[in-house]
Amino acid sequence: MTVIDLAPTVAHIEPSAPPRPPRKPILQLFFGDVMASVLTVTTGFLLILMIPALNWAVLDAVWATDDPSTCRDRGACWAFIAAKFRFIIFGVYPPDEQWRPLLVMGLILAMALVSLSPRLWGQRLIAAWIASVAVMLTLMWGGVLGLTPVPTSSWGGLPVTLLLALLSLGLGLPFAVFLALGRRSSLPIPRMLSLMTIELVRGLPLVGLLFVASILLPLLLPAGWSIDKLGRTLAALTVFAAAYLAEVIRGGLQGVSAGQIEAAKALGIPGWKAVWHIVLPQALQKVIPPLTNTAIVMVKNTSLVLIVGVFDMLSAARVAATDPVWPAPYVESYVFVALIYFLICFGISNYSRWLEIRVQSRSYR
Amino acid sequence: MTAHDLNAIEVAALDKWYGSFHVLKSIDLTVATGERIVVCGPSGSGKSTLIRCINRLEEHQRGSISVNGIPLGDSVKNLDAIRREVGMVFQHFNLFPHLTVKENCALPQILSRGKQRREAEDMAMHFLGKVRIPEQADKYPGQLSGGQQQRVAIARALCMTPKIMLFDEPTSALDPEMVKEVLDTMVTLAEEGMTMIVVTHEMGFARKVADRVVFMEAGEVIEVNEPNAFFDAPSHDSTRRFLANIMH
Repeated sequence: MTVIDLAPTVAHIEPSAPPRPPRKPILQLFFGDVMASVLTVTTGFLLILMIPALNWAVLDAVWATDDPSTCRDRGACWAFIAAKFRFIIFGVYPPDEQWRPLLVMGLILAMALVSLSPRLWGQRLIAAWIASVAVMLTLMWGGVLGLTPVPTSSWGGLPVTLLLALLSLGLGLPFAVFLALGRRSSLPIPRMLSLMTIELVRGLPLVGLLFVASILLPLLLPAGWSIDKLGRTLAALTVFAAAYLAEVIRGGLQGVSAGQIEAAKALGIPGWKAVWHIVLPQALQKVIPPLTNTAIVMVKNTSLVLIVGVFDMLSAARVAATDPVWPAPYVESYVFVALIYFLICFGISNYSRWLEIRVQSRSYR
Repeated sequence: MTAHDLNAIEVAALDKWYGSFHVLKSIDLTVATGERIVVCGPSGSGKSTLIRCINRLEEHQRGSISVNGIPLGDSVKNLDAIRREVGMVFQHFNLFPHLTVKENCALPQILSRGKQRREAEDMAMHFLGKVRIPEQADKYPGQLSGGQQQRVAIARALCMTPKIMLFDEPTSALDPEMVKEVLDTMVTLAEEGMTMIVVTHEMGFARKVADRVVFMEAGEVIEVNEPNAFFDAPSHDSTRRFLANIMH
């Protein structure tokens, strides 16, 4: 039987730093057991195998030259990248106007940096993103404020890649939330519609979806209607991203305990507000790693638009390498583009890890 | 005064089934305003289900429930009104883990009452002070002990200024050394005249605080009595067996 008195008792749990484990000697670190030895030897062997590649990429490389014909002697032709840098980054955007896509990329970078801090997440940040995307598109298109109009067929390079990735994920996420909520709805019609949409889109390869959007859609639309090719491509990417994100988010929703919804009900919080403020934030926090995964996949998926003739960064690099003046430096072009993709994806990956740790630090008991 | 001014909760001929399983069998229970009821009984006897029916976390199939004169039915307006009157504390606290302690108490006021943030936070700090953990306001629930979390959950419920509080086994998920701090908070609340229904096995609390003890078994109310009579001279065999089991 519990005896009750009114003296306050408060359990304080304070974290304290554990003692550091002693550092292992280096030899033991590399050859401590059989597994470590095998790994050390294998890695060493692989490193030795990479010496020719290193020679090619660094020691024998031609870093700068005005004469393309001297560029194919032994090593990599980085002089080509230097010469074609502007073309790979901006594509066929009119050279005199290339400050506009440059500004767009600056804006994307600035907004991305601002959005890093979860403290600033909220309706204002969403509004800022919508406004800055409007500014970006205005800059790219022109035709107002004395800017020369540039049709989307002349857009190209990195800005197209970034805009496609950003917009397909940004527009896909709200759709994905609706699809995920719909799929878990107790109402049969929204559930069936969401399920069908998700399964249909996931069942198609992205390449097929892009072909449908770029070739079939214009044929199906009534005469006189036309949607810009870049817009159609974006639509296909968005739908694709939404279907995958929806399944990720559904996983997060399933991880939120029924008790959370019961507490919200008992507190009289209206249903949709409870979903928005209580359930969704927790669901999204639980699925940061797979969300990141999908985001990275989508960044790289944008390169597939090349096959329907949209001029993204990869297309630009390919076209640059076909310049007859240079001795076909395809490898250098692809390595350069790969490096840019890697930097973007590695950035996203590191950021998501930081977010995850931040969420975990909220329960250190 | 009308009868409604006297009775906080009226449950009449309440029946509930889970599928074909009859969880609540013709329950009658009237709770007067300011009264403290402790509900006990073996697990699976339907005590949690009963109090969860009062604010419609569970739906009943037959019979009637009214709270401060508001009948619980299919009317959404009535349900909202009832949930305004009734606060609830759960066995597993059900705090919102993505919000700080202060936000846990403030956000529901903003979302369901349309209060301004400032006002809601002042209210939150007031009740966090009352449950004696204002210094934890900026921590996340996962950083608190179970007892502290349950006291936050009590503060969160009180922020909605309920007239009735339902406690669903509030100390069952706690480590033994944390039970007391939560019970102390509940005793203080009872002393202030809050109408309370508490599902618990803490018989010390029942004897000290309850006006009446309700004993349930297999979905039925077996015995209702004032605590001294209930513990010292239970009138049913099953009550005696139950008490013998939990008193060791």
